[in-house]
Parts: sequence; structure tokens; C-alpha cells
Amino acid sequence: MAQRIDVKDLDIYYGDFHAVADVSMTIDPRSVTAFIGPSGCGKSTFLRTLNRMHEVIPGARVEGTVAMEGVDLYGDDIDPVAVRRQVGMVFQRPNPFPTMSIQENVLAGVKLVNKRISKADAADLVEQSLVGANLWNEVKDRLDKPGAGLSGGQQQRLCIARAIAVKPDVLLMDEPCSALDPISTLAIEDLIAELKQSYTIVIVTHNMQQAARVSDRTAFFNIAGTGKPGRLIEMGDTGTMFSSPTEKATEDYISGRFG
Amino acid sequence: MTTTLTAPAEDERTAAVRASLRQVDRRRSRVDRIMQGLVYVAFALAMVPLVWVSWTVVAKGIDRFDVYFLTHSMRGVFGGMDAGGIYHAIVGTVEITLGATIISVPVGIMTAIYLVEYGTGHLARWVTFFVDVMTGIPSIVAGLFAYSLFVVVFGPDVRMGLMGSVALSVLMIPVVVRSTEEMLKLVPNELREASYALGVPKWLTILKVVLRTSVAGIVTGVMLAVARVIGETAPLLVTVGVIDSINFNLFEGRMMTLPVYVYGQYSKGFATCSESAIDCIRTINFDRAWAAALTLILIVMLLNLVARLISRYFAPKLRG
Amino acid sequence: MTSTAPPTARATPARRRRTPRDRGMNRAFRLVSTGSGALILAVLAAVAIFLVARAWPALTTPGAEIAQDVGWFPADASFLSFVGPLVFGTLLAAVLALVMAVPLSIGIALFISHYAPRRLATALGYAVDLLAAIPSVVYGLWGAMTLVGFVGPIWEWLASFLGWIPLFEGPAATPARVMLTAAVVLAVMILPIITAVCREVFLQTPKLHEEAALALGATRWEMIRTAVLPFARSGIVSGAMLGLGRALGETMAVLMILSPGFLYSFAILQAGQQQTIAANIAAQYADAAPIGVSTLIATGLALFVITMAVNMAARAIVARRKDFSGAN
Repeated sequence: MAQRIDVKDLDIYYGDFHAVADVSMTIDPRSVTAFIGPSGCGKSTFLRTLNRMHEVIPGARVEGTVAMEGVDLYGDDIDPVAVRRQVGMVFQRPNPFPTMSIQENVLAGVKLVNKRISKADAADLVEQSLVGANLWNEVKDRLDKPGAGLSGGQQQRLCIARAIAVKPDVLLMDEPCSALDPISTLAIEDLIAELKQSYTIVIVTHNMQQAARVSDRTAFFNIAGTGKPGRLIEMGDTGTMFSSPTEKATEDYISGRFG
Repeated sequence: MTTTLTAPAEDERTAAVRASLRQVDRRRSRVDRIMQGLVYVAFALAMVPLVWVSWTVVAKGIDRFDVYFLTHSMRGVFGGMDAGGIYHAIVGTVEITLGATIISVPVGIMTAIYLVEYGTGHLARWVTFFVDVMTGIPSIVAGLFAYSLFVVVFGPDVRMGLMGSVALSVLMIPVVVRSTEEMLKLVPNELREASYALGVPKWLTILKVVLRTSVAGIVTGVMLAVARVIGETAPLLVTVGVIDSINFNLFEGRMMTLPVYVYGQYSKGFATCSESAIDCIRTINFDRAWAAALTLILIVMLLNLVARLISRYFAPKLRG
Repeated sequence: MTSTAPPTARATPARRRRTPRDRGMNRAFRLVSTGSGALILAVLAAVAIFLVARAWPALTTPGAEIAQDVGWFPADASFLSFVGPLVFGTLLAAVLALVMAVPLSIGIALFISHYAPRRLATALGYAVDLLAAIPSVVYGLWGAMTLVGFVGPIWEWLASFLGWIPLFEGPAATPARVMLTAAVVLAVMILPIITAVCREVFLQTPKLHEEAALALGATRWEMIRTAVLPFARSGIVSGAMLGLGRALGETMAVLMILSPGFLYSFAILQAGQQQTIAANIAAQYADAAPIGVSTLIATGLALFVITMAVNMAARAIVARRKDFSGAN
């Protein structure tokens, strides 16, 4: 079930370094929200705070709230492991587990919770997830072959299948196409358009055309200079952002005048 | 924040989300905590012998560890006499280890140079492989080898410190080769090419550029190798043997060494003291063993420490 | 690297071919370093040849004749039936040590690579390395004088509660100069090498896969189980083999702790049951007749062969692992 996310006054720190300052935004359910901006502006860092993956890095901490349907993800009674279960993530480089087969990769997340899933249920779930990731037809005959044997684009779709197999509410994608060729990229973009029927999707991208193609809303992040924190400059409907942004910086970035 | 959220106004959807985010699978988090506990326990367990051994050796060895102990041999010492020291063993250990170092370092370094600078083809592959095999030779087998070698050359009753040096160098050479090889590989190729471009011949380049750049790392490696073999007992037991007095001559006769001394004193067991004896300590042999063990540990730790300091302070900054 | 020609040799190809690759000092230096490499091969060949030569008399003399000259050689034995129990004891000690050391090493390595705070981890790594720096004779002394007294009651407890398992069959010997005590000390001695290898491969686990597991909602342990351990499996195996090789050849700890026997016995809490090859050599060497020395060297040869096999297996596993990760 797709959920709404409300971010309020969020600051992110790595130790003493203030990485991202004062972000507030609303991410709508059943839509695609794109984060764009120059390198180092903190958009990936911010994305990671939406499922508390930034906590993997020692010394990283946040101030402010990230609320899912009104529940603060950073509340005292919230378990980060449960958060990551509800908020799935797809990474820049495809990362299927090299020692597992395609089928085991899809089931990796499910097996953590439900060890004794029946063979039939497992097979159903694998098919359902791979169909959901537009990969079923390509791999249905070799489910027991290693996931690392697939092409880059297929691996990335396998990772998406793995992420949706645990039935999250939100799907975060951190530049999911930057390591892929144009055809694979197109396949992933088509997939994103389908997935938004049932998920809240947030995607970080360096590719402005991609943001324009896939997203409903776009957020532009920028950084004033090295050592300064990244900030959310403006956010709005993708069409408006690309045709008539309110901020000068956004317009410069989108028209390619810097970054 | 929390108070407003837990208020009864919270609608159904929010409650469901809250439940899903709070949902802690008891079993999973318990397994996670148990494994974390086990990992911590494993580490603590590893520290137990380190602390326990060091503490025992210091506590039991410190009493006898004094200038007298370090400067006297065991000549004329018998029974439970409150006398005797390790001077002869220190002399033996220093000479034999030095001998081993003199044999191993040139061979080890030159072999490493061969592997890194010249080695291609079959010979290099075989050398790499057999250096690995040599690393695994049990120390007592190295001792037996040295014994067999010297018996063939000098006859069956041969005993000399050099046998120990040869045995130890069998153990030391592969360590020196490995560490030197690592260090030479760290020297960037640009440095070599720059030197060739200046018209410096290859042997001088190796000597003046490659070796000079990596000398700190090589010295560290050699010291760690020395620290490793200086505590070896078994190969010396079967080659150099045991003696109570000082022998400075590496090329003739038995020599005492520190590790063998520790073992020798230990295996003597309790001294027999008659009722009337006033100057008799029943545990004297064990006391000497502990004090000698303390000396040995101090030497080894010192070598390790100096080696690490050298690599930290004298290593050239190759990057940045 | 191949452009070794000195700059003066800038001439026609024909002339360059005629001039040797190098002259004078260049040539001497190359020959000396190549000679050093060859010397290593010669030394290893010499080790094998001299051991075989010295062991030959024992291998060819009938057991009864050896027994006439050598007190500790059983009268009705052949060399094989003499060395059999020793091989058994050596393997038993090493395997016991390995069984204790491997899980512990994995735990320690995980602590350093994934649990301890980054800054602490390096220092703790040094601490584990220090364990390797303590000489074996000191471990032997500590084991025989301190540990034996300490574990005595524990072994008795084991014998009385788990005595129905053949391994722990009582009565536990007092003092505890038994195989299990020796194996504990061996385990401590091989911990550092296994830990070092495991630590390296754990640290090499791609961040990518760790994050993939975490993003699926894995706890830290589940992440280690899904991403780290499968990746590190062959590394762990090769580390264990290196540890095994070390344990097989260790002399002093066993010599000083174990009360020896020459039986095929699994009773690791009883005294006078087993002995290892290395400890037996050291124990009998001092006052052995020539044929006795020859017999001991023959057992040493057996030890050499066993450790070589184990080490080569370890290298083969490491090499295969390299191929594997290269293919990915």
C-alpha cells in the first residue's frame, strides 16, 4: 500500500559536517518524485534518510522529522529494520547477491521474516515479483542460475523484483539507471511508470530528461559551495519545474548553464 | 511530537502504519542480539589468554628478573642453589639469531628482488610456489633438516650454533621474501621509469631507487621475521642442544638459547632440598624458567614495537 | 618493465640483439638475484633429500632390529605401525584445536570488521596480532604450569556429565596433562592467523551487497549471514587450513603439556593416551641411538608430507577463490 511521506525541517550531519540543511517536503503516494541537482548537493544523502540507510555510516545523524502517514520514522518506538522493510531501496549499481540464484535473490528479503514459506507460495511470489519487474519472460527458464550472470539492466530489474517481493509501501531509487545502457534505461523507466500504480516512488537522477519523463513532481537540490550544506531550492510539478521554475538557480541548472 | 501522534485522534491508517514500523519480530531481534553477544564474547575470549599469559609471566618472572640473572650463566649451579642466570642463553640466542639473519636477509631480499624486478616464466612461478610451501614447514622439521645437513658434512657428533642458525633461516627466509616482495610491489613503476629515463642502469635503479624507497618497510619485515624466529624452541632443541656455560663460538660446540633454557629449566622440575639446607629453593628451576620467559617476551615485544615504529615514522609517503 | 636495455644501446635492432640484455654490474646483479631465487628451490629440495637420506635406514630396517637398539620402539612393531598412532595423535590435536579456534576466529574477525567502532578496530587488530608474537615455549610454560591446574576441575565436570560421549570419557586425569588441554593451547596459538585471514576477507565484502541486505530490512546479523559469510566462505576455509598446518607442526606446547601415550584413543580427558609427531621427536631426540634418530627423522618426514599437503590444499583454495572473484 503506497503511503505519503512528510518531511519537516530535516537537517543531516556526518559527525561535525552539516550535509543537508532544513529540508521540508511532501511526497505523494502513487506518484513518482524525482530529486535532481548537481553532484554533492545531498540528494542521495537525503534519499537515504527516508529509510534510515544513512545510519550505516558511522557518525551520521539527523534532526527533524520524517513522517509516514503521520508516524515519525525516527520516533523512539520505531525499529529501523522495520522501516527498511516498508521503504525499499534500489541502488546505483545493480547488486544481486553473487552467491545466490535468481530465485534466491528474489526471495532474499522474504526469507528473513518467513523462513518456512511453502514451495508453492515461494514460487508464486517469485513469479509475481519478476512479472512486476518486467523480468519474468526473460528469466523464467533459468531461475536457478546465478543472478550475477544476467546483463546489467536485467540485474537492476532483478534488484527491483527483490525490493518489491517484500511488499514495501515506498520504493527509493538512487540513480538506478546511471550504470546502464540506454535500452536497459528505457526498460527501467517503463517499469517505474507501471510501479507507481501501487507504490510511492522516489528517484534520484542526474539525467534531467529522465526526471522529465518519469516523474510527477520534481525537487531541485543545490549547494552554495564546498563545505556548505545542501538545500532544497524548490519543488513542484515536473511540468512547471521544467517550463517555468520560480528560482533562478533551478532555471540555470535545468537549462544546463551549470552543473 | 510523540504525544500528539499517540493521541486518540490518530486515524486507522496511521495506526496501521505505526504498527508496521514498530513491529519488531521478537525472534529476529533476539537472534541479532544473541549473535552480537557471541561476537563480543569471542573477542573477549581471545583477550583472555593474551592478558592471562602476559600477567602470569610478569608476575612469576619479575622476582628473579634482575641484573644478576641477566649477567650470570648456569656454570657450577646445581640442585636448589639460589644462583644461576641466563647470560649464556642470551649470548647464544643473539649469536644464533644474528647468524640466521645474516643468512636469511640477503637471500630473502635478493629473491624478492628477483620475483618483483626480474621474475617471469617458470622459475619465478616455482619460486613463488615453494616460498609458500616453505612458510608451512614445521619448525621441528627445519631443525631435523639442519641436523641432517651438518651430519652429512661434519659427521654424526657435530654440534654447533651455526646448525641452529641454518635451521632458523629455513623458517626466516620465506617470511623475509614475502614481506620484502610486498614492499617492493608498493614502489610505483613511475619511479623506476623516471630513473631509466635518466640513463641509470637497472641494477643501480634497484639499489638506489627501489630499495631506498622501500627500506623502512623491508627493515620492519626483517624485524618481524626476527621476532618470529627468536622464540623458536624445537629446531634449536634438536640441533644446538643444551649447555650450562658460556660459549661465544658459533662454529664449535653446543650453545644455550633462551627458549631452550626456558624448556630446560621447566623440565628439570622441582629441586630436591635436604632438610638441613638453608640456601635451597625447591621451585628454583621454575622461577628461572619464568624469569627467562619474561626476558624472551620482552625481547619479542620490543622487536615488534620497534618494527611498527619504524614502519610508521620512516615509511616514505608514496601517495599524496 | 621489459625495456631493460640501457640507453647506450640505442642502436639498430641487429646490434641490440647482439649485445647481451645487460653487461657488467647489471648482469651480475641479475644473476645474483636469480641465483637467490634458485637457492630457495635448492634449499627445499635439500630439505626433502636430506630428510629422506637420514630416514632411509629406519624405513628399510625391520622393526625388530630397531627395537633392539631403541628402548621406546615397540618390539613387535614395524615403522608404519609405530608412526600410525603418532599421525593419529597429531591429527587429533590439530583438528581439536581447529574446532575450537575457527568459530572463535570468525567471531573475533567479525568483531573487528563489523562490530567494533572503526577507530578501536585497528588497535584491537594489533592486540590479536600480539597473541601470535608470544613464543610457543612461553605458551607451553603457561599451559603446563597455570592452565593445567585451572582446567582440571572443568575437565572433571565434563567427564562426569558428558562422560557418555566417548570423547569425554572419564576419569579425567589430575593434573590435566591431557589432549584437550594441549588442544586449547594450540587453539590459542592458531587464533591469530585464522583471524587475520578472516578479517581480510570480511573487510573485502562489497559495501554494495551489505547495503542490499540492509535495505531489504535485514538486521546486522542477517546482513552478515546473507552478504558477508557467503562471500567469505572460501577465505575462511583457507584461513582454517593455514591454521591447521600450523597446529600440525607445533611442538613445544604439546611437549610440555601432554602426558604421552601411543594409542589410537579418542579419550581426550585421560592421560597417557596420545602423542604428536613433533612432540615425540623433541622428547626422544636427546638420547636416541643412531637408528633411533633415523626413526624420528622418518616420522618428521611424515609430518612434513602432511603439512605440505594441507598447505597446498589451502593455497589451491585461495587460488580458486581468486579465479572466482575475477570472473565476477
